[in-house]
Amino acid sequence: MDYGLLSSILHAILVASTPLVFAGLGALIQERSGVLNLGIEGLMIVGALAGFATALSGFPLLISVIAAALAGALLASIFALLVLRLYANPVATGLALTLFGLGLSALAGAQYVGQAAPQVEAWNIPILSHFPIVGHAFFSHDPLVYLSITLAILMWWFITKSRAGLILRAIGENHSAAHALGFSVIGIRFLAIITGGALAGIGGSYLTLVQTPLFVEGMTAGRGWIALALVVFASWRPLRVIVGAYLFGSVSIIQLHGQAVGISVASQWLSMLPYIVTIGVLVIIAGRGNISHKAPGSLGVTFKESK
Amino acid sequence: MIFVEARSEIHWYHEWIAVFVALSLTVVTASVLLAAIGLEPFSSLQRVFIRPLNSVYGVSELIAKATPLITIGVALALGFRAGVWNIGAEGQLVMGGLCGGAVALAFWGIDGFWVMPLVLLGGSLGGLLWGAIPAFLKVRFNTNEILVSLMLTYVAILLLSVMVHGPLRDPDGFNFPESRLLHEAATLPKLFSVGRGHIGFIFAIFFALIGTWIVKRWHLGFEMRVTGLSLKASKFAGYSRGRTVWMTLLIGGAVSGFAGVVEVTGNIGQLVPNISPSYGFTAIIVAFLARLHPIAVIPAGLLVALSYLAGEAAQLTLRIPAASTQVFQGLLLFFLLGTSLLVNFRVRFGRAV
Repeated sequence: MDYGLLSSILHAILVASTPLVFAGLGALIQERSGVLNLGIEGLMIVGALAGFATALSGFPLLISVIAAALAGALLASIFALLVLRLYANPVATGLALTLFGLGLSALAGAQYVGQAAPQVEAWNIPILSHFPIVGHAFFSHDPLVYLSITLAILMWWFITKSRAGLILRAIGENHSAAHALGFSVIGIRFLAIITGGALAGIGGSYLTLVQTPLFVEGMTAGRGWIALALVVFASWRPLRVIVGAYLFGSVSIIQLHGQAVGISVASQWLSMLPYIVTIGVLVIIAGRGNISHKAPGSLGVTFKESK
Repeated sequence: MIFVEARSEIHWYHEWIAVFVALSLTVVTASVLLAAIGLEPFSSLQRVFIRPLNSVYGVSELIAKATPLITIGVALALGFRAGVWNIGAEGQLVMGGLCGGAVALAFWGIDGFWVMPLVLLGGSLGGLLWGAIPAFLKVRFNTNEILVSLMLTYVAILLLSVMVHGPLRDPDGFNFPESRLLHEAATLPKLFSVGRGHIGFIFAIFFALIGTWIVKRWHLGFEMRVTGLSLKASKFAGYSRGRTVWMTLLIGGAVSGFAGVVEVTGNIGQLVPNISPSYGFTAIIVAFLARLHPIAVIPAGLLVALSYLAGEAAQLTLRIPAASTQVFQGLLLFFLLGTSLLVNFRVRFGRAV
């Protein structure tokens, strides 16, 4: 076994998975509040362009990522307005968000095609990054990789341990009961949608700032949809989003390096795997009686305040 | 403050006013966007939306693009009425094209009046099969049909890619990922001497009429509507939710599959890795634009087809990416959804009662 190759494949898997971690967490926080947002793909690509354009203007990574988050949050607020205030159908609104985001980024991004973003410096973690194999694979990444893992842990803490997280879950499970207890269903869902939009935007910007680092129209290539599948795969738990994202990321990398590691099946069969696995997971979690694996009770149901 | 209250009565014209408002807002917003990127809005819109229709060729192209949109839009309108969210019509379309195309290639070079019906049947069955998977999983395991049908779309596109790169590739095609050109017995006739408009458009109109008939006259249409409006009411009426899920997804799958095989045999003429510019997804907009009325899907489909033509024209004459047409489509859907509030609710200014 070629250990150098193994190390770089593991490194590549982390890079390929990180946008999915961000976007998956972005979808998760919304779904825990009871909002099903099919617009993740549109939010990602707008974030990708915003981050890229900011980086090309000479701003540092931090500012570019913040710009991507703001763009995602801004676009998500359109979704929030339509779904929460105008009672629009969330499925169709999410789809409109995806179409609009893809189109807007193609229109506004045409001028940036062919340019490359400045290289992002890796943060080598002291001592650990000098270890053989694992050093390069896990501890010599750009700051966003570490941020994605930190965010997942924070979100886990927020949802399971904090009072605000408890309220968020209550609203997701039964919005009428939460409303009766005096919590602002609309207000908290709005915050969840904005946060989710920002996270999806950051996920998109990872593609243009680190992974490729170029902008091409439609470059998110279905990752927003995978993020939605990922949340189901993770049965709505933040830490499992990391596991799921790395699994999806592994498949896409194995596909690329398939030949090198001796897999000779047509790459399309491998590409199908994540989707088929997700359907399998959907069946398994739906079949189990355990309530903790179920989708939030009010997921995708429109909330109308009765006067 | 602004308040909304449910309308006690909804008149038919409320719906059309809402659609008109949505269309106007879309045009205004699109104009602002065009002006923002330095183009003169009025003449630009005229150039991309009106000029393509100035010739028989343009109309023929419009019809070619409207055909799959109307066909699938009718099936989706029925499904959405029943509250079954089949988001995977694109995958069902691709499977229809793949299976129908495979049948046509299996009988390649063989003439006979029975070839074409067999090809169309093969395509419909392929779509039906693809729609049956989310239906089965929904009824048996209560899985989410949105996610399952969406995942299956990607699987279908990859499956088509495997097939045209492998078993169905043209043996004399220099390894290009394309099938043989379909022979005449497996090709649908064109409607005009120019352009790609084909007889599939007649089928699409036919589907819209049948859809209207189902909604208005069939008990099935009523049953679907009740299930969509209130699951509880439909249970009291003794309707089975499972039956509605099966019916809508099987109809949706078969019709989308039919649209796929019609696209392959009428428009493309062979199997290629990419047989649809997201018609299956765009048909969702068409269904909403028609406010889920099957007969209104015809004008809605023509209008959305025009936005595809406009995208191509914009690329040629305005030098902006063809994908910008999605901005238009997305905006239109946003405004349609936003204004549907006006149909079901009355907006009141002043104090709450």
